[in-house]
Amino acid sequence: MATETAAPPASPPLGLTKREKKILTDPLWDNNPITFQILGVCSALAVTVQMKTAIVMAISLTVVTAFSNLAVSLLRNYIPSKIRIIVQLSVIASIVIVVDQILKAYLYGISKQLSVFVGLIITNCIVMGRAEGFAMGNPPRESFIDGIANGLGYSLVLITVSFIREVLGSGSVLGFKVVPGFLYAHGYVNNGLMVLAPGAFLIVGLLIWGQRTLMGVEKHD
Amino acid sequence: MIEHYLSLATKSIFVENILLAYFLGMCSFLACSKKVETAVGLGTAVTFVLTFTAPLNWIIYTVFLKPGALSWAGLPGVDLSFLAFVTFIAVIAAAVQIVEMTMDRFAPKLYSALGIFLPLIAVNCAILGASLFLVERDYGFGESVVFGFGAGLGWAIAIVAMSAMRHKIRYSNIPRGLRGLGMTFILTGLMAMAFMCFSGISL
Repeated sequence: MATETAAPPASPPLGLTKREKKILTDPLWDNNPITFQILGVCSALAVTVQMKTAIVMAISLTVVTAFSNLAVSLLRNYIPSKIRIIVQLSVIASIVIVVDQILKAYLYGISKQLSVFVGLIITNCIVMGRAEGFAMGNPPRESFIDGIANGLGYSLVLITVSFIREVLGSGSVLGFKVVPGFLYAHGYVNNGLMVLAPGAFLIVGLLIWGQRTLMGVEKHD
Repeated sequence: MIEHYLSLATKSIFVENILLAYFLGMCSFLACSKKVETAVGLGTAVTFVLTFTAPLNWIIYTVFLKPGALSWAGLPGVDLSFLAFVTFIAVIAAAVQIVEMTMDRFAPKLYSALGIFLPLIAVNCAILGASLFLVERDYGFGESVVFGFGAGLGWAIAIVAMSAMRHKIRYSNIPRGLRGLGMTFILTGLMAMAFMCFSGISL
């Protein structure tokens, strides 16, 4: 990915400039990291059986992306370009350790459910991609906003997928039953496929289809 | 004993395929499955590196990081397991580098075939994921070798099969928005369903 170059830095201390607003809104729809750039798919599929885990994962990833972007951006003029990948990896890994310890301390049950996927934020392509593609060439403030925005874009997809999977697969939202009992009495059954791995692939495939059709993108790859 | 290892191998290759059941290594799976040759190259490289790094990380975790592991150094109360993430990723990055240099020296043909894929592997989640699974499931050394190899082979099978399918559907009449990525996801879903048929098999 080519490094995006910075416009002349003219950010006021308060409020967002036009460019910053664009950085903030772009990854939510037009340039969504998961459905459009195909980054960070692994964890997006794995933690979306329930909304609860998906939300915790989304928040963790947003925090990690924002702070790793900030740190890499602050260090960008001191990192020798030959070893930049390993420097970025160690910055990211350190932040993930902090997040993991916080989750273990305050949300032990969810942290157990997420199991290895918190650790796998390290190799999540969104984090690496933004550090390499944006933070290495832009000032800290914009990089931080970019990190948050990409985290939110990821969160949006994660929460959508987990909502669909939880409603169809378990008949509940955030653990509360939403499918009324009389439907079950008339023979409605939860779709067990949604809870399993194939359901996640199918839902994401359909979401991408929907988004591309709405946007009218014709990308042949 | 052999039976136990065989059953673990079948489990990690088919039943709990690291890609189709745990979604690990999706990024490179999606990006590098357009051509069969590339898929074979990347699959071999991942299997190779996984077989190598999984036992290595197991040794490091057991000797240095596990709670109480440092008792041989007279520090029985020390628990460094929180350092696992940063250590594992460093070990993987270093191992990839070493594998690359060794191959360049002793197997130049293989090196030139895999050359461009090796650096990619350092950030493949399947590699880090396998190491983290070792810790979580409390595997022993022998098990970690078998699991590393099995997980890698399972990943390789999945990506090669996928590339062959993408080759086949190249001229199919797929709805516009579904072409490329969307269709790949749906195919992967169908493949995951097929692999679920293996569950219940134990040797």
